[in-house]
Amino acid sequence: MNLPETRPSADPATPRNAPATAGAPAPKPAGKAAKHRLEEWRGQAFVYLCVLLLVVIIFSIVVFIASRGLTPFVSQGVSVKEMLFGLEWAPEADHPMFGALPFLFGSFSTSLLAAIIAAPLGICAALFMTEMMPKLGKTILQPAIELLAGIPSVVYGFVGLSVIVPFLRHTFPGQGVGIMAGAIVLSVMILPTITTIATDALRSLPAGLKEGSYALGATRWQTIARIILPTTLPALLTGVVLGIARAFGEALAVQMVIGNAPHIPHSLFESATTLTSIITLSMGNTTTGSLHNNALWSLALILLLMTFLFVFIVRMLERRSKHA
Amino acid sequence: MIIEIERLQLYYSAFHALKNVNLSIPENRVTAFIGPSGCGKSTLLRTLNRMNDTIPGVRIEGEVTIQGRNIYGSETEVEFLRKRVGMVFQQPNPFPKSIYDNVAYGPRLHGVTKKAELDGIVERSLRSASLWQEVKDVLKKSAWSLSGGQQQRLCIARALAVEPEILLMDESTSALDPISTTKIEELTRELREKYTIVMVTHNMHQAARISDRTVFFLNGEVVEASDTEALFRSPVDQRTEDYISGRFG
Ligand SMILES: Nc1ncnc2c1ncn2[C@@H]1O[C@H](COP(=O)(O)OP(=O)(O)O)[C@@H](O)[C@H]1O
Ligand SMILES: [Mg+2]
Repeated sequence: MNLPETRPSADPATPRNAPATAGAPAPKPAGKAAKHRLEEWRGQAFVYLCVLLLVVIIFSIVVFIASRGLTPFVSQGVSVKEMLFGLEWAPEADHPMFGALPFLFGSFSTSLLAAIIAAPLGICAALFMTEMMPKLGKTILQPAIELLAGIPSVVYGFVGLSVIVPFLRHTFPGQGVGIMAGAIVLSVMILPTITTIATDALRSLPAGLKEGSYALGATRWQTIARIILPTTLPALLTGVVLGIARAFGEALAVQMVIGNAPHIPHSLFESATTLTSIITLSMGNTTTGSLHNNALWSLALILLLMTFLFVFIVRMLERRSKHA
Repeated sequence: MIIEIERLQLYYSAFHALKNVNLSIPENRVTAFIGPSGCGKSTLLRTLNRMNDTIPGVRIEGEVTIQGRNIYGSETEVEFLRKRVGMVFQQPNPFPKSIYDNVAYGPRLHGVTKKAELDGIVERSLRSASLWQEVKDVLKKSAWSLSGGQQQRLCIARALAVEPEILLMDESTSALDPISTTKIEELTRELREKYTIVMVTHNMHQAARISDRTVFFLNGEVVEASDTEALFRSPVDQRTEDYISGRFG
């Protein structure tokens, strides 16, 4: 990746910021104090530099994706409306069309369905590990779930393709590939995110709240339903949203089981596709600067904006859990 | 005697926390447990509503009877026991709900659903906890917006709302300022008319001020139990005398 438009603006920023911290070392005080101050200054300068670099990198990526992704709309005659609501994706046709609604539909439906499957599983697993059998949970269930997080996407995709897709094909009408297959694979992939965050939230609940409930004669289930879940709800939702974000951005595993037909399917068991699948599948066949290539960047921009949205939602939830 | 404790032994795994405790607790009186920290006061208090059940590794021998019934017997339902034996903790622990919902929490658990009935219970409980005047116009506000002292009185109201016979208070004023402490001490004196109160305090003066009976503990054993006045005026055991005259603890 080359970053032509951001490099020049980034470089001058370094010297401009440096003098502010360079004023720190005092010239006179001899011996230890001076040495300490120099070390202090060096450490600070290093941290500032790292942060600056990080900001520059993030900023460059955003600017780069935005500049490429906006080109089709700004100078290549594609309308935003067509991209968001159009049903036809034919970038190489004589009259090229760029309707991305089927991809948006695929991405949203697989991610949301995955969350609907994984959220109850993950939250129940977390309750089991914190409220019911902490010992068994810690020694068996938690490592098992953490293991899930370490399995590469391609393995998930492969298992999905050889187990879930045939199962769905035999059980339901349809080809087996499709949104349901994608959602099932994704739900297992996001299970660790949801479970881990839920477990942390449940563990950090003040012990006094639970005791207060039990002391009034509540059963364990009443305490879970009336105190524990309502109190930790914002944190639990944070886990679910992060899970959705992860599912939304996953490409490989979904692409292997969803079928990759670029239209909105009539059922959960028919071939469909997602934003990420279409980008990975088409990227190699386009030339830089072409309309097709830029249109893929537009899809990437949509993914980026969705990520911003998810981060924003998580922030709002975090603020709510602090105010509770 | 509403509570009879006989030959009670409690172990936290290998640690012997209560050693052969024998104790009677009279009805409609305030009984105070005093003793240095770590001597087992809270542990004994929590055996009275079986809050120790939730701690893994706890083993209990002996008998605790409340109104003639062994609360560790197989026919005792622990939820029902805790409804009869309320508890107020050291740190105020209101739920992150409205003031109203905090007080109504217990009655709702036990099946009260009618609004008018709940309203009545909430008002009565808050009045008994001398909190009604301060909160009657803000019942919908979060309980966490109250001051520490108000929160603790709310927890007392919450406990009273399920109509217990016995109220256990574990150092319930130790996290509060002096004015709130005085309020809760006065409240305790009033509540004794209708409830049996067992309180843990690390503050001997508090025990002397508000309790009718005082029990002195040391290292998991009951050293001395008698009327408060007698215990502080003429302790029988040398260790009690050392403790109340401030020679240790
Ligand atoms: N959950 C527990 N697990 C193990 N030991 C405990 C536990 N709770 C209390 N203990 C021990 O039991 C003893 C009595 O504790 P506690 O009843 O809390 O004392 P007190 O309330 O008199 O300060 C202490 O030595 C304490 O360390
Ligand atoms: Mg204690």
